[in-house]
Amino acid sequence: MTRRAAVLALPWLWAALFLLLPLALVLKISFAEAQVSVPPYSDFFERLDGAIVGVKTTFANYQLLFSDSLYVRAYFSSSWIAFVSTLLTLLLGYPMAYAIARAPAQRRNLLLVLIILPFWTSFLVRIYAWMGLLRPTGIINTALQSLGMIDAPLQLLNTSGAVYLGIVYAYLPFMVLPLYARLEKLDGALLEAAADLGAKPWQVFLHVTLPLSLPGVLAGCLLVFIPAVGEFVIPDLLGGADTLMIGKVLWAEFFSNRDWPMSAAVTMVLLVVLVAPIMLFQALQPRTDQRP
Amino acid sequence: MKARSFSTTVLSFGLAFLYVPLIVVMVYSFNASKLVTVWAGFSTQWYGELLSDGQLLGAAGNSVIVALLSASLAAVVGTATGYALARFGRFRGRAILTGTVAVPLVLPDVIAGLSLLLLFVALEQAFSWMPGRGIFTIVIAHTTLTMAYVAVIVQARLVGMDRDVEEAAADLGAKPFTVFRLITLPMIKPAIIAGWLLAFVLSLDDLVIASFVSGPQSTTLPMVVYSSIRLGVSPKINALATVLIITTFVLLALAAWIGRNTLKSK
Repeated sequence: MTRRAAVLALPWLWAALFLLLPLALVLKISFAEAQVSVPPYSDFFERLDGAIVGVKTTFANYQLLFSDSLYVRAYFSSSWIAFVSTLLTLLLGYPMAYAIARAPAQRRNLLLVLIILPFWTSFLVRIYAWMGLLRPTGIINTALQSLGMIDAPLQLLNTSGAVYLGIVYAYLPFMVLPLYARLEKLDGALLEAAADLGAKPWQVFLHVTLPLSLPGVLAGCLLVFIPAVGEFVIPDLLGGADTLMIGKVLWAEFFSNRDWPMSAAVTMVLLVVLVAPIMLFQALQPRTDQRP
Repeated sequence: MKARSFSTTVLSFGLAFLYVPLIVVMVYSFNASKLVTVWAGFSTQWYGELLSDGQLLGAAGNSVIVALLSASLAAVVGTATGYALARFGRFRGRAILTGTVAVPLVLPDVIAGLSLLLLFVALEQAFSWMPGRGIFTIVIAHTTLTMAYVAVIVQARLVGMDRDVEEAAADLGAKPFTVFRLITLPMIKPAIIAGWLLAFVLSLDDLVIASFVSGPQSTTLPMVVYSSIRLGVSPKINALATVLIITTFVLLALAAWIGRNTLKSK
């Protein structure tokens, strides 16, 4: 038992100090007032001659958060953009994972490596690559113009469409991998049995393949959706002025307005929005405490 | 049959979608023209400019130091976590530990960045720890997130591994630590190396968390890249992007080669 405690001490300490305590501090500071000081927020305790005489909290940040339509719209718009992008990623990722799972065994590893490789390359570089393609003088516009299909360059960069594209591009590997893990385990005999019993290919897919791969679908969707809601880099670099996402709002609140308590309140509400999907994701993690 | 040809078509399209943008960046990094889209002949001048950019090289140095330290810390903490989750069965606080593994995998960077910054500021206020923030705070922040990836990989490896050898060693009188050192550790070594590598790359790549927790003196490479990208597309950034892409591919090829050689020597 003590040996276990020794192994557990480090992960425990790390989790408590660097994961739980920081979130508790966000909660605390979200009730503080911004002020010009170091650090730029009011003290949690009310002090009189050095003695703590009470606590000072304010709900002003949360009141502003729910009364100013900017914040509310940003939460809805982020969730919507993340939802649509997740759906698009699924539509592209599912057939890809299916094709890899059905490919000859010796080619599967190569295909998987090809899916994972872009994920290992710099995120910023991948988004930057799309900036180059989508600009008014970028390859796509130049090509379309020289083919005579358009007269003036299309506005492709700094649009919501570019944000959807960026999220699908950046998060595609996260969708394909859990789907592949599920589809690869699928028992071929079940598919053959369904076909032998007269099911058409689309019926086999709808009644056998799809239901059996649902845990993979869910895991992939959550792996894309949750980080996408709080995404900052993609809307900042590919989105336009009208692309409202909460990650951008939070960034501006912190780095431009230097309002730490307001940033903390925005973070708390974002966390509340994401609690249900995060818990669902955690519940999906394979249980490994029993021997298979 | 039809379903298969449809999915294969989508797979080809998807792979093209993943790679074409990267290839375009790499090709245009050799463009002589300053106008990024017009091809004006082959040139390596932008690479030369990279090498003479002191700010860039300094930031790259910082990034490598942070990535080396945080990946190594993450390998230790992550392996302990993955081992506990795979081998300890039910124990008190297990749910919290699974949480610390699952949550960082999906937590938006802005939340992680802000919360860790508030922690470092509070520690500075209370104990004068890590005054001014710098490399060290970025290392801790990166470790907190990347240890989860190490834990997942190590845990998966341990679960898929036969326990018979470990049990045999224990039956023959080996102490638990000896079993771990002589049996378990060599068997999960590939997983730890893979986890370390992933942690290294993730740390090297992070912009958002580092922007929150770094001090004014410690700029990492993604922060420099980000501020120049915001100014627009330029051939010099194309060259930098190409260097980054090639570096990752070489590192991965090296890792694969090491992995294959260790398998052969067994």
